Amino acid sequence: MTEEATDTAEPVRTADLIELEGVEKVFDVRRRTGLVRREKTRVRAVDGISFTVPRGEMVGYIGPNGAGKSTTIKMLTGILTPSGGRLRVAGIDPSRERTRLARRIGVVFGQRTTLWWDLPLIDSYRLVHRMYRIPDARYRQNLERCVELLDLGALLDVPVRQLSLGQRMRGDIAAALLHDPEVLYLDEPTIGLDVVSKAKVREFLRDLNTERATTVLLTTHDLTDIEQLCKRVMVIDHGRLVYDGTLAGLHEVAPGERTLVVDLDRRLPPIEVAGARPVRVEGPRQWLAFPASASAAPIVAALAADYPLVDLSVREPDIESVIAKMYAERPTAP
Amino acid sequence: MRFGASAPDADIQRRFLPKEAVVRLYAVVAAGGFRRYATYRVATAAGVFTNTVFGFIMAYTYIALWDERPQLGGYDLSQAVTYVWLGQALLMTCAMMGGGFEDELIERIRTGDIAIDLYRPADLQLWWLAGDLGRAAFHLLGRGVVPLLLGALAFDLALPASPLPWLAFLTAVLLGVVVSFALRYLAALSAFWLMDGAGVLQITWLAGLFFSGMLLPLTLFPGALGELARLLPWSSLLQIPADVLLGKRTGWGLVHAYAFQVGWAAALLGAGRLVQSAATRRVVVQGG
Repeated sequence: MTEEATDTAEPVRTADLIELEGVEKVFDVRRRTGLVRREKTRVRAVDGISFTVPRGEMVGYIGPNGAGKSTTIKMLTGILTPSGGRLRVAGIDPSRERTRLARRIGVVFGQRTTLWWDLPLIDSYRLVHRMYRIPDARYRQNLERCVELLDLGALLDVPVRQLSLGQRMRGDIAAALLHDPEVLYLDEPTIGLDVVSKAKVREFLRDLNTERATTVLLTTHDLTDIEQLCKRVMVIDHGRLVYDGTLAGLHEVAPGERTLVVDLDRRLPPIEVAGARPVRVEGPRQWLAFPASASAAPIVAALAADYPLVDLSVREPDIESVIAKMYAERPTAP
Repeated sequence: MRFGASAPDADIQRRFLPKEAVVRLYAVVAAGGFRRYATYRVATAAGVFTNTVFGFIMAYTYIALWDERPQLGGYDLSQAVTYVWLGQALLMTCAMMGGGFEDELIERIRTGDIAIDLYRPADLQLWWLAGDLGRAAFHLLGRGVVPLLLGALAFDLALPASPLPWLAFLTAVLLGVVVSFALRYLAALSAFWLMDGAGVLQITWLAGLFFSGMLLPLTLFPGALGELARLLPWSSLLQIPADVLLGKRTGWGLVHAYAFQVGWAAALLGAGRLVQSAATRRVVVQGG
């Protein structure tokens, strides 16, 4: 009864599941400047952010360290109260109804775990079952599905402390989904994972989004996550939204460069090859930059023909360099 | 009352939630607390060994002392030795010298992992209390029973033969664990402000060691210090349960003992709630 009453008081007017309107978060940071004297400085971690995310969309939320990403996510889960602005998730004001919202959202922090460290994985799921009061049949069905898709079958009886990082992350993702959340916040879900684990996690998230229309907000440093999962990307820096659009559009406003790391069998002068320019030489190792939109294949072929190659790898542009580029290209940006 | 701003909502929820579901959740948490400690069998065996060795050392010390001063603190020799072994049996159960959840909670506050605990649809204090009760239950069975049995084999202990005093004792132990939890919860929450709980933990460790009656029964101390020691919450941890088992607290004395424990538990848990709501408003930026 009460839940209905609250819902009519705050109707979900649109299909937008996440709504932010001029949201701010200001922290007072006290710093000791003398023996007793303290200086109070205000830090605007989030400085007037507005955006909406419609139901079923998968959005990348990126920015350099300290840009305000985690602060935004903490406000969206209700554990931080905004200093200003309006914020709604599924029609609920998170900080005022944290517990009610918790039943409708799932959260995965890549660097933290919600699982019981000393106990077998299955024990954590039993706890989630009780905590979110998932009906028994639904719980069994969801667990079965997660176990199958995330390949957890052999891990259920293993204590969490014995799991590898990739296994633990899959375990954490399952724990966040057993109660069928409408919104899933993922904070760096692929951080530290190997290539195979990354691919598994991404595939699972893609399926989840298409099958269940779960709305996903994804924070990451890995642009490949965004490339493979999100049509839309938002870039935050210094607490402000500096870009909101497609990933292709982001590359347009900030054409990134990829880096080819080349190991030669001896020290040589900087490599000269068409389509790339040398940026760094360190002994037999050299770094070549080339446009992110170009293919690496012809450059590699040319290199292999003319130079004594031992090894090489391609590095994607990281988010810091994309944003740095953004400022360089648009000096008027805030 | 829940966390700061969310209090009204939590109250509404509490009223409309089936009680059974709440009980079930915390029962699972408590069972988890029990099993977490049960996992480490070698550590438990080592602990039992340590408790037993200390029990022997202290028992012989007490025997020497009571030989000089019989009826010290109102205990005869056999009661005094029983007190020693009860102390060893309850040392971990009532966490007189720490060793429960508090190190973990402080670590979670320091690293920012506490954020995960806060977005769960569960109450922070009840969550940790349930887990600690599970731990205490394990420590009573795993670390308490064996040393007490070994003590009973080696010495002539004044243990009751009928079940009723044992039941009264277990009730006092349960209340002692809750008081102990409430004290350690307060100490751990200080990490929200201090960022390093080691100092506070050491103070509670020292206070627990002395004021629980672990070194010597509190009834030995004369004058104001004795009065004070018997009035502080720590006496709920060992002195009161031991006196209940030794038959020093019966009838109204027993009711008074329970009331003392319940009073401290309520006051300290309440203080923990206040500190908790102040602390969660501060949940700031640890770990970005």
